[in-house]
Amino acid sequence: MIRRTVTRPTMNTSQIIADTGRRNFLKASVAASGGLLIGFRFPGVSAMAAESSGSTFMPNAFVRIGSDERVTVIVNHSEMGQGVYTSLPMLLAEELDADWTKVGFEPAPVDPKYNHPAFGMQMTGGSSSVWSGLEQFRQAGAAARAMLIAAAAQQWNVDASTCRTESGAVLNGSNRKLTYGHLAAAAAKLPPPEHVQLKDPKTFKLIGKPIKRLDTPEKLNGKAEFGIDVKLPGMLTAVIARPPIFGAKMKSFDDAKARSMPGVRKIVAIPAGVAVIADTFWQAKVARDALRVEWDEGSMQNFDTSKMMQGFRERAKTPGTSVRKDGDADGALESAAKKIEAVYEVPYLSHLMMEPLNCTVDLRADSCEVWTGSQFQTIDRANAAKIAGLPPEKVQLHTTFLGGGFGRRANPQSDFVVEAVHVAKAAGTPVKVIWTREDDMAGGWYRPAFLHAIEGGVDASGNAVSWRSRLVGQSIMAGTLFAAMMMKGKEYDPASVEGVDDLPYAIPNVTVESHQAEVNVPVQWLRSVGHSHTAFAVECFVDELAALAGKDPYQFRRALLQKQPRHLGVLDLAAQKAGWDKPLPKGMGRGIAVHFAFGSYSAHVTEVSVTDGQVRVHRMVCAIDCGEYVNPGIIAAQTEGGAIFGASAALFQELTFENGRLQQTNFNTFPVMRMDECPKIETHIVNNQEKSGGIGEPGVPCAAPAIANAIFAATGKRIRRLPIRMTEAV
Amino acid sequence: MIGFSVNGKRVDLDVDPSTPLLWVIREQLSLTGTKYGCGMAQCGACTVHINGEAVRSCVAPVSRAEGKSITTIEGLSPDLSHPLQRAWLEEDVPQCGYCQSGQLMSAAVLLREKPAPTDEDIDEAMTGNICRCGTYPRIRRAIHRAAEMVAKGGAR
Repeated sequence: MIRRTVTRPTMNTSQIIADTGRRNFLKASVAASGGLLIGFRFPGVSAMAAESSGSTFMPNAFVRIGSDERVTVIVNHSEMGQGVYTSLPMLLAEELDADWTKVGFEPAPVDPKYNHPAFGMQMTGGSSSVWSGLEQFRQAGAAARAMLIAAAAQQWNVDASTCRTESGAVLNGSNRKLTYGHLAAAAAKLPPPEHVQLKDPKTFKLIGKPIKRLDTPEKLNGKAEFGIDVKLPGMLTAVIARPPIFGAKMKSFDDAKARSMPGVRKIVAIPAGVAVIADTFWQAKVARDALRVEWDEGSMQNFDTSKMMQGFRERAKTPGTSVRKDGDADGALESAAKKIEAVYEVPYLSHLMMEPLNCTVDLRADSCEVWTGSQFQTIDRANAAKIAGLPPEKVQLHTTFLGGGFGRRANPQSDFVVEAVHVAKAAGTPVKVIWTREDDMAGGWYRPAFLHAIEGGVDASGNAVSWRSRLVGQSIMAGTLFAAMMMKGKEYDPASVEGVDDLPYAIPNVTVESHQAEVNVPVQWLRSVGHSHTAFAVECFVDELAALAGKDPYQFRRALLQKQPRHLGVLDLAAQKAGWDKPLPKGMGRGIAVHFAFGSYSAHVTEVSVTDGQVRVHRMVCAIDCGEYVNPGIIAAQTEGGAIFGASAALFQELTFENGRLQQTNFNTFPVMRMDECPKIETHIVNNQEKSGGIGEPGVPCAAPAIANAIFAATGKRIRRLPIRMTEAV
Repeated sequence: MIGFSVNGKRVDLDVDPSTPLLWVIREQLSLTGTKYGCGMAQCGACTVHINGEAVRSCVAPVSRAEGKSITTIEGLSPDLSHPLQRAWLEEDVPQCGYCQSGQLMSAAVLLREKPAPTDEDIDEAMTGNICRCGTYPRIRRAIHRAAEMVAKGGAR
């Protein structure tokens, strides 16, 4: 059920099984460890790895135990803030009975054995790292533990079944104890077990506890290495002049001035634009700004988002491709006692990671190394290899820490990697391409703008009887190599309609239709993908239906969710913790929203005030049900962070184009919520044993509708367009 | 040549005086804990101290550092012992971590000037530091916690 709603590519299942099936996985050899230790540039890791080689125990691809007692968990997902360098090691360490104080992490190199178990390639996205790694990492830990026990039993000449493990050691009887470090060399010579027994969850020591993150210390002293921090001997830095309009082509460039500027080594045309390669970033940037490039502006030179949205509005008046049809929504609307229609609009959005895009490449005649914060290792490596003219095996991609990802670093074309390889070809030395903030914002691959035209009706008793949603917007999947997989058998992009197609409310007549807009603005998944706009439209419209029916918006939802216990669970939890029925001071209002996304259920109750047209969010009460969970501390952090991410978009963010040119350039014109604007946020986690869902994205979708609905409660005015502007409220 | 001290160490550099201090710190001095986020003093990721004052190094020309004493995140403490670093650990503040150097450097000035900051003081001092991951509630708690540590003694 969870898998069905995930919006990331599902590809080549048979290959996945071949690559990560349990047999192969357990067979991963000790010998492989040598290859895995090369090239990591994380502080401390290389030194540690070099010391431990020789007596290192690496029972499978995911763990290495040194004679120094260190347990290094190799993590096949990227750390972009969501906590995978802690939650995935926790899973392994739990089954291993490791001493948590000795556990560290290391990013996996690119290798099929590190492919995502569900998606068949190495990647991070879809809020899927923990649920997809649950079995994998626990198995890996349990297999290692069994081999360590076998090694100890051999030494003591006892039956393995009489041994037990505790905090990084095997024990037997009352006085025999051997630590894992002591056993590493012996265990490395043993065959991996055929079967392993996983722990009874009741005995968990780590899983389910708010364990502190392993990556925090190095993020407090400047030591954590992000892509932008990579430094190689002889490395140059490049800044690229990219087209000012999507689809524009470089006609010619005049580098007379730039060429003579200090530190400039080379200026070259590459497919992405004109690259200025210099000794330092600042020299490259200043020279790049001094270039005079003539562009053939192409077909987008008159592109204007306000005209585009007008076109979307017209298109929504006609029936679209059928996505869902229960009963007869049009007929039920005709006979409804009361009906209402509303059009909701959301703009293009930038991912706006704090760390602007960058990529470092060391290209040699017969090999290539790439350092970047990637969410798409398999694809980035393959695309880099194509440009380098090498087989993918000759390209190694080192995943650094990501200074935020939010989907942008999972680019189907590997745009920021491919251009860096082109620059490296021209540079003839190792080179780092850095995007300025302005480059990053103008670089495309946005959350697509969307329009939802919704009509609904209630009967004389106030029961919802009809709902018809029509969506207009660009497809994220169309034109990518994922289109065939994601859109298989469908004439619409599921990532466009997720969150409306599974409308959970018990309304007898529901129609959902989709119009795919063709616009030459590159679009991509942004944290919570389709849910980032569908939850806004759906949850605002449910609120409008409640008002039409003269009912309390919380109770109206409750009545329609009687067959959806987990929706109801988070809805009730948020309402109860927020004190839904407690009166608020005049000028304030409380709004509610509930949504299912990425296998998890989320609800928000939000309090706002509106003063002289200024909206202030005071309190967000979040309830989250992500099933069986691993680290509630991280879940709370992701839920809070998701709420702030969603609130930032709702309150402030919009990308607009005039004459083909992006009007926003930096944080001053595309704001992010700041400390003084941040509300009090409470997170309440449902504790159950349901199937694990995601946590990186589910916190986002409810933020916008809960704020908008709170504004209605405070002012009687509806918000139908984001970002929220009271002057546009109706 | 431009001379100044960084984290207590004297440096003399042959560098274009208009180069932003940020890039000199990151590239010439290889102190990469100080981050680039916006280049226009909007996000605070590049915050360092010049003679104890919080400065957005992305817009400060390196000439401004002449003869001064610069502290970067690498110089906040040698061993994560600064009360803010300890509080950040206890509250498990960072997510992606990219902005946290700047957050800590801004908070360090706040805590020195106002050892018992109110929420309003925190709003005022920290509003120039953006966190895209949304760690603000934890940053706020950590600053209060660090203030308590200082008040109880046991920390400088």
